Amino acid sequence: MVIGAIGHYVRTFLQTVSSLIWLLIDMVAEMGDHISRGRLPFRRSVFFEQGERAGLGSVPLVCMVSFFLGLTMALLTGYQLRTFGTERLVPGLITIAFWRELGPLMTGIILAARIGAAFTAELGTMTVSEEVEAIEAMGLGPLRFLVAPRLTALVLLMPALVVMSNLAALFGTYMICQISFNISGENFLDLVMDALILKDVVLGMAKSLLFGVIIGLIACYSGLTVKGGAAGVGNATTRSVVLTITTVIGVDTFLNMLQVNVLNN
Amino acid sequence: MAAASPSPSATRRDAAPDDDRPLVQIEEVVLRFGSKTVLDGISFTVDRGDRLVVMGQSGGGKSTLLRLVIGILKPTSGRVLFAGTDIARLSRRQLNAMRARLGMVYQYSALISSLNVRDNLALPLEELTEKSTAEIDELIRARLAAVDMSGSEDKMPSELSGGMRKRIGLARALMLEPELILYDEPSAGLDPVTSSVIDELIIDTSARTKSSAIIVTHEMESAFRIATRMVMLYQGKIIADDTPEKFRNSDNEVVAQFVSGSTQGPIGEAAHERT
Repeated sequence: MVIGAIGHYVRTFLQTVSSLIWLLIDMVAEMGDHISRGRLPFRRSVFFEQGERAGLGSVPLVCMVSFFLGLTMALLTGYQLRTFGTERLVPGLITIAFWRELGPLMTGIILAARIGAAFTAELGTMTVSEEVEAIEAMGLGPLRFLVAPRLTALVLLMPALVVMSNLAALFGTYMICQISFNISGENFLDLVMDALILKDVVLGMAKSLLFGVIIGLIACYSGLTVKGGAAGVGNATTRSVVLTITTVIGVDTFLNMLQVNVLNN
Repeated sequence: MAAASPSPSATRRDAAPDDDRPLVQIEEVVLRFGSKTVLDGISFTVDRGDRLVVMGQSGGGKSTLLRLVIGILKPTSGRVLFAGTDIARLSRRQLNAMRARLGMVYQYSALISSLNVRDNLALPLEELTEKSTAEIDELIRARLAAVDMSGSEDKMPSELSGGMRKRIGLARALMLEPELILYDEPSAGLDPVTSSVIDELIIDTSARTKSSAIIVTHEMESAFRIATRMVMLYQGKIIADDTPEKFRNSDNEVVAQFVSGSTQGPIGEAAHERT
């Protein structure tokens, strides 16, 4: 019974992963067909519309969450470090934590909930109302037409959002350092720059690109495979958010283990 | 402007009379979903100029048949040929090129809800042809006039009634001047007058554009009004393939019961046995 259940989950996992890979391959192939006819791979207007929604529309939420997280982390770690007289480490600690880890992770989780859910619900509704099939029946390539602009907008804007997230967190940290730990602005900037290394920035940006691909693919796949009308759309949206957030955290953990055990050796 | 240079599809249609192959050939097609057999070895053809009505019970595989013709589904066995080409053997690019020669009108129209009427109609032309915006707008005006919906370019699908959406769906299907138009339940959910208007539009479109049509319906009045030929799908098989006149006077018990709408007969018994 337990083995059967494990087998079922493993099979479902492998099927989903292979479906996501095929979705990506088919999308690229459809884009290739269109490009070979001397055309843009997808509509510019849809790309900019999705970019505005996923990027600009997410800036306030990403910044607000990161600001408060940075502020809280600075406050909590600062009070602990003050016991040892090392509260000057706070700016560097937050810098490393956000640029390497928390910036991409928080932005990934926020976008999975905000944009992933929107992608799934939108494409799911289009699927149950046969709009996706109509696009396919016209020979337009639904993956190229619907998935590609969403995925590209999300992937390209993730690094920008991560930078915004990191800056917002550092601003929160700066406020706490000013108010509670008597670290001047100039001193704060020096401590941040000392801690900031190129490798962390590059790894953080690479992670953000990967999270963009994961969120976009899972959200669009969940929307395109909806079955069962309005209830199906609701279920798929919930499942998509849970799956994207879990996958982003899981992949992040795996990458951290890889970084610590392989890249740092 | 658009009329000055013949479109690729118009050129294909001009050449069509020399091609005596049926436009669509369904050969021994079996379609299974898991253990359920939806279509069980069906065969029929659609000649150029035909308006073939496919009748049958709800959930009997009629709409599925249209999806086989347009290549969205692939048969478990057997062949579906369009203009002599096996659809299952086409590459993605070839399949999309073939789909541009077909038009599909959906039961609920399937208009893209985020686009207005103009953009819905422009979509296939903008994506698949090299026509200029002016040419596209000219064609849209002509198609909207043909379905009696002139002036509705700026309306969103949500602002249209069921009958209006059907007409816009038909106009969209006509944008690329298809050789074959597939209609999925075109009269379903419409009042009798609107239903008759849609039927006349189908007949008129077929005559004017010299296109063939496969119409899936179980509305008998519409079926007899539109059809030049009829087939009846029952329990996954084609049990009758004839002219509307012969269909109306058929000796086949299932066909006779379906045409009359009687509750007494083999259809009810079979349904009883299934439940």
